[in-house]
Amino acid sequence: MAVFPKPSLKLRTDKKREIPEGLWQKCPDCGEVIHNLELVQNLKVCPKCDYHFTLSARERISSLVEESSFEEFDGDMSSVDILNFKGVASYSERLKSYQERTGMLDAVITGFGQIEQHRVAVAAMDFNFLAATMGSVVGEKITRLIERGTSDRRPVIIVAASGGARMYEGMFSLMQMAKTSGALARHSETKLAYISVLTHPTTAGVMASFASLGDLIIAEPKCMIGFAGPRVIRETTHQDLPPAFQTAEFLRDHGLIDKIVHRKALRSTLTTLLSYLSVNC
Amino acid sequence: MKVQPLEFEKPIADLEKQLEELKKHSKMQTIDLEREIRAIEDKIQETLCEIYSDLNAWQRVQIARHTSRPFALDYLTLAFSDFVELHGDRLFGDDQAMPGGFATLAGKRCVVIAHQKGRDTKENIRRNFGSANPEGYRKALRLMRLAEKFRLPVISLIDTPGAYPGVGAEERHIAESIAVNLREMTLLQTCIVAVVIGEGGSGGALGIGLADRVLMFENAYYSVISPEGCAAILWKHRSHAPEAAEALKLTATHLKELNLIDQVIPEPAGGAHRDHNKAAANLKEALVTALSELEDKPLQVLLEERYEKYRQMGQVLEAAESDSKVASER
Repeated sequence: MAVFPKPSLKLRTDKKREIPEGLWQKCPDCGEVIHNLELVQNLKVCPKCDYHFTLSARERISSLVEESSFEEFDGDMSSVDILNFKGVASYSERLKSYQERTGMLDAVITGFGQIEQHRVAVAAMDFNFLAATMGSVVGEKITRLIERGTSDRRPVIIVAASGGARMYEGMFSLMQMAKTSGALARHSETKLAYISVLTHPTTAGVMASFASLGDLIIAEPKCMIGFAGPRVIRETTHQDLPPAFQTAEFLRDHGLIDKIVHRKALRSTLTTLLSYLSVNC
Repeated sequence: MKVQPLEFEKPIADLEKQLEELKKHSKMQTIDLEREIRAIEDKIQETLCEIYSDLNAWQRVQIARHTSRPFALDYLTLAFSDFVELHGDRLFGDDQAMPGGFATLAGKRCVVIAHQKGRDTKENIRRNFGSANPEGYRKALRLMRLAEKFRLPVISLIDTPGAYPGVGAEERHIAESIAVNLREMTLLQTCIVAVVIGEGGSGGALGIGLADRVLMFENAYYSVISPEGCAAILWKHRSHAPEAAEALKLTATHLKELNLIDQVIPEPAGGAHRDHNKAAANLKEALVTALSELEDKPLQVLLEERYEKYRQMGQVLEAAESDSKVASER
C-alpha cells in the first residue's frame, strides 16, 4: 500500500481562463470580437464590417435626440391580458419575464425630443421586448404620440422594429394597425411630416401599417423588411427566394423605400430631411 | 348541391344517408314510407340545430372555410342585382382574388369590393384561393375613390385566409398596399360597411375592412393570425390549432362581446352552406339596415365616429390608476 495517494494529474476544469462576461461581443456577420465599450461608442455598429447590432429603444432615443431634451410620454403604460390568453405559457407570465429581462414595461418608448433645431415626436421600438410585437400598448402609445404631434404641429419619426402583431391580444392587436394608420391619416391631412425609419427586422402587421406610411421611408443597411416571413413564403409558393430577398437593399432596388442610411449618419440625415419638411410646423 | 360533411357533422351525414336509402326504397317498392321519411327529416333538422347551437371556435373555423359556403360572387348574385364588374388597379394587373364593381342593393347603388375564393382547383388557381396580391388592394382603393367621388356607399365582403405571401407580392409591396388602404379608408368621404362572410384572415382582411360598420356572419371568423399559425408558434405544432382558435377569441360572438365588431348576422340552421338563399337574405337585411343608419349622417359626424371607433380599441393599464382598475377604453 502506498503511503501517499497517487497524485491526480487531471486538469482543473472549474477554472477556465475567464473572459469577463458581457465585456466582449462577437460580430455575427464577420466574427470580429469587439470590446463592448468600443461597440457602444460606435453606436453598436461593427467597426470592421458595419454590421448593425440591435439597439434597445433607450439607446436609440439617446442616439437620435438631445438627451436632456427628451420628454417621455406614457412611460407607465403596460399591457393587460385582455383575452386571458393561455397557451404553452400565459401572456401575463410572458410579459413579466420580458419586463424583468429588459427593464421596459412594453415594447416602445415615445416622446418629444430635439434633433438639432427640430422638435419632433419620436418613437423607438425595442425588439428585445417580445420581438417588439404590437399589442394595445404599442398601438396606444404610438397613436397618442402621433395625435400629440398633430395638435402641437410636430413632425413624427418612428424607428420601427417588429415581429408584427402581438397574437396574445388577438384581434385587439390587429386593430392597432387601423388605429395607428388612422392617426397618421389625420397627421398627414394637416400637412405634417412623418419619417419612418426601418430597422432589423420590421415585418408583418407593423410593416402593413404605420411603418409603410412615411412621407419618407429610411432603412438601416441590411435590415430585414417584409410582410410575410420567408419560411411562410417558401412553404406557400414552393419557390426559391431571390438572393438578398426582403433586405433593405432589395426594397431600395425595387423602389419601395427612399434611402438606406448608416446608423452613424442617421441623425444628420434626419436633420437635413426635416429641414425640407418643416414648413408647416 | 352536394355538401361535403365536416367531421363533427357525421351524425347528420349518417342520417342523410339513411334518408336517401329510404327514399330509394320507397320509390322502388312503392311502399308508403312517408311517415318514416318525415321522421328522419325531422331528426336531421333536430340534430342539425343541436350540433350548430353549440359549436366551438375550431368548428366554426372549419365552417367558415367550407367550400360549399356562399362566396362573395354568390352573394352578389343572390343579395344584389346588376353587378357590373370593374377590372384592374391601373398599375400592374387585375387581381381575380379581389373582384369589385358596381352593384345595386334593394334599389340602392353601391360599390362592392370583395375577396373571392374558388370551389374547385381550376377556379382556386384563378382566384389564388382568395389571397389577394397588392394589385387587389390597390384596385379596391381605386374603386373606393370612385365611390367617394360619386357618393356611393362602399360594401366590402371579406373572405380571405390572408394577403398572399409570395415573392411578387413582396416585390410590389403588399405591406404598403394594405397600410395605404387603412390610412385612406380612415378619411374616405363616404360610408363603408364591411362584412366578414367567411374567413377574416389578419391584415389581408383588414386591408379592405376598416369601416363604419363591421358585420360578421355567425360562423365566420376574424383573427390576427390563423389558428394553425398561432399553434405553430405558441404550441410548437399546427395540430394544436383547436386550442389556438379558442384562445384567440376569433368567433363572431366573442368579437361582438369584445366590441370589436358591430353585429353578428345569423346563419340558417346548419350553416350558410346549407341554404345560400337564406344566408343571402340575412345579409341583405343587415346591409340595408346598416346603410340606412349611416346614409343620413353628416359627413363630419360619420368620419369622426369612424375615427373614434378604432381609436378606442385596445386595453392598457396605466400606473396612475389603481392597480385593480384597468383603463378600459371601450
